[in-house]
Amino acid sequence: MSLADTLQEPGAPIPGAPATPVATPRPRRNDFFYYGLRNKKLVFGLGLELLLVILAIVGPMISPHNTSDYFKLNAGPSGGNWLGTDFQGHDVFAQLVNGLRESYLVGALGAVSAAVVGMVLGFIAGWRGGILDEILQLLTNVIVMIPSLVLLVVVGAYLNTRSVLFEGVFIGLTTWPWVARAVRAQTFSLRSREFVDLAKLSGKRPTSIVIRDIAPNMASYLFLVVILLFGSSMLLAASYDFLGLGPSGVVSLGGMMQNANLNSALFFKEWWWFFPPGLVLTAMVASLLVANVGLDEVFNPKLRES
Amino acid sequence: MSLTVENLSVAYRSRRGDITAVDNVSFRLADGEIMGLAGESGSGKSTIGNALIYMDPRMKLAGGKALLDGKELPLADNDAMRKLRMTEVSLVPQYAMSALPPTRRIGKIITDLLRSHGIKDRDEVLSELLRRLELIGLKDEILRRYAFELSGGMRQRVTIIMSSLLNPSLLIADEVTSALDVSTQRAVGEMLIEFRDRGYIKSAIAITHDLSILAQIADSITIMYAGRLAEKASTAAITEAPLHPYTQALIASLPEVGVRHEDTTLTGIPGRPPSLVNPPSGCRFRERCPFAFDKCTETPPFAEIRPGHQVACWKVSQEHGGGTRVTVPAGAIADGASTEGTGE
Amino acid sequence: MSTLKIDQVSKLFRSTSRGGGLTAALRKVSFDIPQGEVITLIGESGSGKSTLGKIILRLVQPTSGSVTLDGKDIAKHPQRAYYQYVQGVFQDPFSSYNPIYQADRVFELVRGTYFPRMSAAEWDAKLEGVLDAVALNPADVLGKYPHQLSGGQQQRLLIARALLLDVKFLVADEIISMLDASTRVDILNLLVKLKRQGLAILFVTHDLSLGNYVSDRTIILRHGAIVEMGATPKVFGNPQHDYTKMLLTAVPELHKKWKHSPLGPVTAAGDAVVAVDSALATDVISANGSGAVATAVAHATLLDELSHAEAVVKRDLRAVFSREGRGSTVVSSLLEPPRLVEFEPDHLVAEPE
Ligand SMILES: Nc1ncnc2c1ncn2[C@@H]1O[C@H](COP(=O)(O)OP(=O)(O)OP(=O)(O)O)[C@@H](O)[C@H]1O
Ligand SMILES: Nc1ncnc2c1ncn2[C@@H]1O[C@H](COP(=O)(O)OP(=O)(O)O)[C@@H](O)[C@H]1O
Ligand code: SF4
Ligand SMILES: [Mg+2]
Ligand SMILES: [Mg+2]
Repeated sequence: MSLADTLQEPGAPIPGAPATPVATPRPRRNDFFYYGLRNKKLVFGLGLELLLVILAIVGPMISPHNTSDYFKLNAGPSGGNWLGTDFQGHDVFAQLVNGLRESYLVGALGAVSAAVVGMVLGFIAGWRGGILDEILQLLTNVIVMIPSLVLLVVVGAYLNTRSVLFEGVFIGLTTWPWVARAVRAQTFSLRSREFVDLAKLSGKRPTSIVIRDIAPNMASYLFLVVILLFGSSMLLAASYDFLGLGPSGVVSLGGMMQNANLNSALFFKEWWWFFPPGLVLTAMVASLLVANVGLDEVFNPKLRES
Repeated sequence: MSLTVENLSVAYRSRRGDITAVDNVSFRLADGEIMGLAGESGSGKSTIGNALIYMDPRMKLAGGKALLDGKELPLADNDAMRKLRMTEVSLVPQYAMSALPPTRRIGKIITDLLRSHGIKDRDEVLSELLRRLELIGLKDEILRRYAFELSGGMRQRVTIIMSSLLNPSLLIADEVTSALDVSTQRAVGEMLIEFRDRGYIKSAIAITHDLSILAQIADSITIMYAGRLAEKASTAAITEAPLHPYTQALIASLPEVGVRHEDTTLTGIPGRPPSLVNPPSGCRFRERCPFAFDKCTETPPFAEIRPGHQVACWKVSQEHGGGTRVTVPAGAIADGASTEGTGE
Repeated sequence: MSTLKIDQVSKLFRSTSRGGGLTAALRKVSFDIPQGEVITLIGESGSGKSTLGKIILRLVQPTSGSVTLDGKDIAKHPQRAYYQYVQGVFQDPFSSYNPIYQADRVFELVRGTYFPRMSAAEWDAKLEGVLDAVALNPADVLGKYPHQLSGGQQQRLLIARALLLDVKFLVADEIISMLDASTRVDILNLLVKLKRQGLAILFVTHDLSLGNYVSDRTIILRHGAIVEMGATPKVFGNPQHDYTKMLLTAVPELHKKWKHSPLGPVTAAGDAVVAVDSALATDVISANGSGAVATAVAHATLLDELSHAEAVVKRDLRAVFSREGRGSTVVSSLLEPPRLVEFEPDHLVAEPE
């Protein structure tokens, strides 16, 4: 007989029966979803991001021109070229939407691969501690120290073609230590909280505790790290592209800005060539940051406003 | 009068409707008074304490007001309250000692706190801090330590020093002795008295479950039940001759030193307090009260039975000269002396 | 009948801050918890009570010594089966809940592991039963977030959680410090009732009267070592160790006031003498005559606490930089608890340290 059963025997242990009718109202709707949809920052941030993603997907289809088409040089926006042309006579709008797509791809690849590797290693190091932790710390330090540019040149020499996939994954594999460090430190402080002990007492396995109890507590933090990685991957990619180490024959936002800068677009007041990629790049990162603030409010019940 | 609270009601907003955690509460605190606030858990003690200092976004002032030293506290206005925190009213929150930031040294926590309150002349405050540390027997070396390096008693005393550093008029101490062993409890309790005697704090509200601690440190004790006040009187009156049936039951369930379960079975109070989501009308103790009678379906007023002794119970007000209906109306909580004759 | 046997358990913590000294949280603690017995563990904060509880719950590994259940080291029992019999409620309800989930998730965790196939109706009935046992209204607590519950409600939910399982041993670490007098009594009576059905309870508390009320045996812990233990009526009725006596004089009583003597400018308190000698024992408090103890207690506590902290630091330094002897011998001498002598049957008292 379990204790709970013995507690239900008549008359025990608290003589006065419950004064109020006992109902068990349990709103089993998903609270994160409920508050998420009501959070203006989250909806705004994700909404804007979604628009940009849609632009990246359908943009190349609706653009009347290809990136390789030639037109009049340095022309302002017009009915034919919606955002004008650059110094080589390429259509800026076509470049913009294609570059947007490439930037998303590289950013996402870089951020996801760094996040996956960094989180797995960070969680293991933070949770297990001890010798494993020290080995991982060492590995992290080594990776941080290797100059990635040199590595890229060396690795690049052995490859015939460089693809966007390669560039993204390469960026991810050189930046994961930042994620790992952050995740390790957070895991370390969270694992000594008593709710972790209580989960253990409930017979939960470490993987389940890490995924269900520890990770959600740093969700907005992790999201922030991923956003920063996303932004930096795009910028890194832009600089690799500029140095000729990027994938061949691909337009990117970073590349556009570099070109514009090199050709003094600002000086000649050719804003249509200079501003759109910068604006789009900023919007991509900023809307994620706004969403992150909202996410924090959704995940932390104390910040939820009713 | 240091603090006057009039008809204070505080509700929590929730997805299932408002929960009125504090319902129409009035009391006053004299200069130099340490008032103990006791009652069942969930009865709204911390809510009163928090409402007097910080309304978080889910709390709602449902009515009433509070005056501190004759000036009304802008309870609902967070920005205005911020200026008064620490300087006029100060709170040692429940669990404060386990909530000290783990990554900063004690000294840094204190200077950060002062900075966030815009204290210009920090040096003077800090030298006062050192004096107070010395007074209660802590070395200034602890300022260079982290919170987890201090024992529970040390941490608790540090949080009290922190909250009273700017000599607030009112200090609210929420469960400051609960997690401590008896000897440390005593040190912390005596520290409160000492701070009051030295004028570091003008008056204090000590929230705790532990009536025996209150018997040691408090001048008056207020008993709360399910969001309302049940009884307020001097410490001696509450411990020796309580009037409200709930207070009587509470006192009766305290074990005398030396009682063992084989010999005496202590009895709690049968039943449980009503839910605050949809509280029943009338006296909230009715379901559990051995003396309940038909009148009790109406809400009993918090009436002054004797000078300085207020009780919210129909039975008590009838027994003590039925006419004594000195309810505590808004804006005019009668002084003990002036109400003396009204009943007869 | 199973017995939980704690045998010469020590625990050293390496302090994470500068210096990295060692703290002896437990020093060769041994006692048995037979089924159906309530054992009260009393001691000032930092004396190692929670550490012992966590060792029994397999959340902390002892540095040396062993804990066995039915003769088998607890680490060798399969985890799920072990937690079905041995459960705990922690001291700090505040951090026992994951702040991002609703508080009743603590029940769902148990359900997920131990009752995955129970029907919703059965489960609700079971839940109602345990909530009723701790005098909670389901409507008041279910579906709320931890910060929306009062301290006592949080604590009672955790007790209810432990009752869901078929426990034989319960570690109750200061579970009543957040409860009001009448709920306390209900919980205590509940514990007594469960004990009569064979539950063994390690009841950690600082409330001596409640410990006395509920327990069969009492253990007084100080600086990680047992200073006095035995049958509860003997320990409370006839305390032998100075520390036990001091604790008993500090118990707040409803009808008797402490004598409050204002703290002047800080000097050593008149009655309390901190004996600083060259031995490890730098923190023995002696008071002239038993009558003087009461007024000296407040001062003594302060001094005591300080000298304890200092003593620990000194020991650490000695352990780390000692010239006489290598690390291990020093560490073992640091761990050596005061010897326990039998004062009367079932009543052991430590020699002055
Ligand atoms: N943020 C919140 N949102 C909704 N309800 C809340 C919130 N905080 C507290 N409550 C509810 O308000 C009531 C009073 O809570 P309060 O914390 O004031 O109790 P208390 O008397 O201090 O209890 P304890 O002694 O256990 O700390 C409880 O029923 C509690 O569940
Ligand atoms: N995880 C830990 N790391 C380092 N020191 C610890 C840890 N847990 C406890 N201690 C130390 O061990 C000693 C005993 O602590 P604890 O068992 O929590 O005492 P109690 O429960 O009696 O208050 C204290 O000095 C404490 O600082
Ligand atoms: S008013 Fe009635 S029910 Fe309430 S405490 Fe008094 S006698 Fe009991
Ligand atoms: Mg409270
Ligand atoms: Mg403890």
